[in-house]
Amino acid sequence: MRDIYEHTAGEDLIIKTSVRLMVPFIQVFGLYVIIHGHYSPGGGFQGGVILGASFILLALAFGMKTSQEYMTVSVNAVLNNLGPAIFIGVGVLCALFGGLFLDYSALDKLIPLGPVEWRSFGIFLIEVGVGVAVMSIMVLLYWNLSSGGAMDEGL
Amino acid sequence: METIIGEIVAKYNYWIYVVLMMIGFYAMIGKRNLVKKLIGMNIFQTSIILFFVSTGVKKGGGIPIVDKYQALAGHVEAASTVNPLPHVLMLTAIVVGVSVTGVALAVLQRIYKEYGTLEEDEILEKLQR
Amino acid sequence: MNATNLHLFVLIVPLLAALAINLLGRRSRQWIAPLVLGSLAFSVFGSIIMMARVIEHGTLRYTVGNWQPPYGIELVVDPLSALMMVLISVVALLASFSSLKSVEQELPGREHFFFTLYMILIAGLFGLVLTGDAFNLYVLLEITSITTYGLIAMGKGRAALSSFNYIIMGSIGACFYLLGIGYIYILTGTLNMADIARILPTLNAPVATATAIAFVLVGLWVKMAFFPLHSWLPNAYSQAPTGAGTMVAPLMTKVTVYLMVRVIFTMYTPALVFTHEWIAQGVVWAASVAIICGSVLALGQKDLRRMLTYIIVAEVGYMVGGIFLANANGLTGSILHIVNDALMTLCLFLVVAAIIYRQGSVSLVSLQGIFRRMPITMAAFTLGAFAMIGVPPTCGFFSKWYLILGGIDGGHWEFVIALVVSSLINAVLFFRIIELGYFGSLQDVDHQEHIIAERHEAPWWMLSPLVLTAIILIVVGLSTGPLVNNVIRLMIPVGF
Repeated sequence: MRDIYEHTAGEDLIIKTSVRLMVPFIQVFGLYVIIHGHYSPGGGFQGGVILGASFILLALAFGMKTSQEYMTVSVNAVLNNLGPAIFIGVGVLCALFGGLFLDYSALDKLIPLGPVEWRSFGIFLIEVGVGVAVMSIMVLLYWNLSSGGAMDEGL
Repeated sequence: METIIGEIVAKYNYWIYVVLMMIGFYAMIGKRNLVKKLIGMNIFQTSIILFFVSTGVKKGGGIPIVDKYQALAGHVEAASTVNPLPHVLMLTAIVVGVSVTGVALAVLQRIYKEYGTLEEDEILEKLQR
Repeated sequence: MNATNLHLFVLIVPLLAALAINLLGRRSRQWIAPLVLGSLAFSVFGSIIMMARVIEHGTLRYTVGNWQPPYGIELVVDPLSALMMVLISVVALLASFSSLKSVEQELPGREHFFFTLYMILIAGLFGLVLTGDAFNLYVLLEITSITTYGLIAMGKGRAALSSFNYIIMGSIGACFYLLGIGYIYILTGTLNMADIARILPTLNAPVATATAIAFVLVGLWVKMAFFPLHSWLPNAYSQAPTGAGTMVAPLMTKVTVYLMVRVIFTMYTPALVFTHEWIAQGVVWAASVAIICGSVLALGQKDLRRMLTYIIVAEVGYMVGGIFLANANGLTGSILHIVNDALMTLCLFLVVAAIIYRQGSVSLVSLQGIFRRMPITMAAFTLGAFAMIGVPPTCGFFSKWYLILGGIDGGHWEFVIALVVSSLINAVLFFRIIELGYFGSLQDVDHQEHIIAERHEAPWWMLSPLVLTAIILIVVGLSTGPLVNNVIRLMIPVGF
């Protein structure tokens, strides 16, 4: 009789099948939450956590190596810095075009859409930056903590 | 007697957050396992977040999401929408709490690698030797 | 790029440098030093230009995103903020010369992580001194604290445990501050500091206001290690990697003292905080006890770095007591002491970093006869020691002078006695080390004495900021007059 304590994570057929079905929908929902933050509860941080959770679910069900095939460590490092860089970049761009920092209506000089519309759109750009940053940092946190810093073998 | 019960019932959100805060504080001080101390800190922060959010509630108020063009035309009824500012502030506080928990868990992993245990008294014993 | 956004660029350039270090530092170590030094040099120039503009034109008020205050987040650059910006950028630049070398020795291969956290910490400190919004202050306080937790945990041995202790205590402090801000928001409905100062005295809620003030002050006291809430500081700062200690020890507690000044004088008007005489008296007594206990605990330490951390605890006592004396001389002395103490602590910690780079340990036993090996380092140490004791013309004398005058003005004789006693204890502490260094005999591995010692100074990367800081101590001391008249007098409210 097989000892149930030999049952390691990632070998259960039910978990693997259900995760494989669910992860694409979770990611689409995460993107929806980021974009729809203007009109419903949501926004950058919430959507980023959902996107990150989808990668962590992959790592829990299939093992860390598999999740690192979908988001490699070097891409993660780039995304870590791209998120804050988008945020600060939009702010600096507004300052360079003559307005105050994060004053989106100054971006009207770049692409003419109208200052009020730009205020609404500028927040959306910032939210995308926040979402990317939060997603990659959540995944990095999980990788580091579950492997004790070595990033080779998960739970 | 009625006034005391009246006070407690009228301001029940304050009482709840005080109880939660004291539970978290006791866990931070009284428990000897380091992970339990960390969870106590989380409870402490959560109680403050709950308190903040509960201050924005209005009787019969709805969620603070309004149509963009209706708001631009100027028809936003303040009396029937819940105050959204504490929600936004507490979102930031939740992110801060998550970051501190992440750093603390990484530090706990290093402590475990160094001492082999996460109980405070065993670690102090190892330090004395 | 016009000059209205300059103070924000002083903050943003270190932050962008942190992101660049994280990306580029992984590939090769060559990128780290130019990024760190270049961004900090820009910050130094930017903050000096801002200081000149503020002294000429007056306070600069700026809202992020062009939302009108009190709805937008406001940044305020008044003379005190500009002075703190100059202080932070100069201290960070001098400390980073030394940290680049120490981190190379102590944390090989992980320098890009270290310097990413380092630069984000500096950006957070700039944000703390610029902000004019109460909740923004909480967020930036936590940014600086979280990066400090990470920096301290990178050390060896007991560092992780000390960092965990600091995490628990620091989070309690920040949560208390947040609770106080919550009370203020419920009472006034706004989070802008100037607006709170306008609305709060008109309300008739003495108990709630007093509770809010108490929570905020206790939260800040935990963060600045005011005795008896100081227990996290000695372990955290002495177990940290040397490069982290050199930058964090001079700056973190002093910026938190600046925050307390900002909270008391800009957010709650002094009339509100000092209404009850007995509270101010009690705090001055507590500060006097803090000074004596910090100095006495420093006497019993056998390691130079731990001794310096207990002296930091005593210095925080000076500053808190000076503010709660509630008169002009005390406040002047306290603000001047923020600047002077940061420079003195930087000088002494740079000495510690140089000695650790060459010898690996700063226990008092291993410091014997070190003058023959590192004469320039010990000369700078002597100058820093004289500044700590309070010998003119170094800067330490002038701030102590103002504090003693303030104590006599207010009739707080316990504070004056504590200051004098602590100066004497500092003299004992530092002369003990100077005697060991100059007149002790060199210890060799086999404990043979009278060996010929060749000069083995620290490398010039670590030596030049040390010499520069020692010279700055005297220069700042001699220019106390202009500093007080042009900058600090503007902060003192009318009627003090």
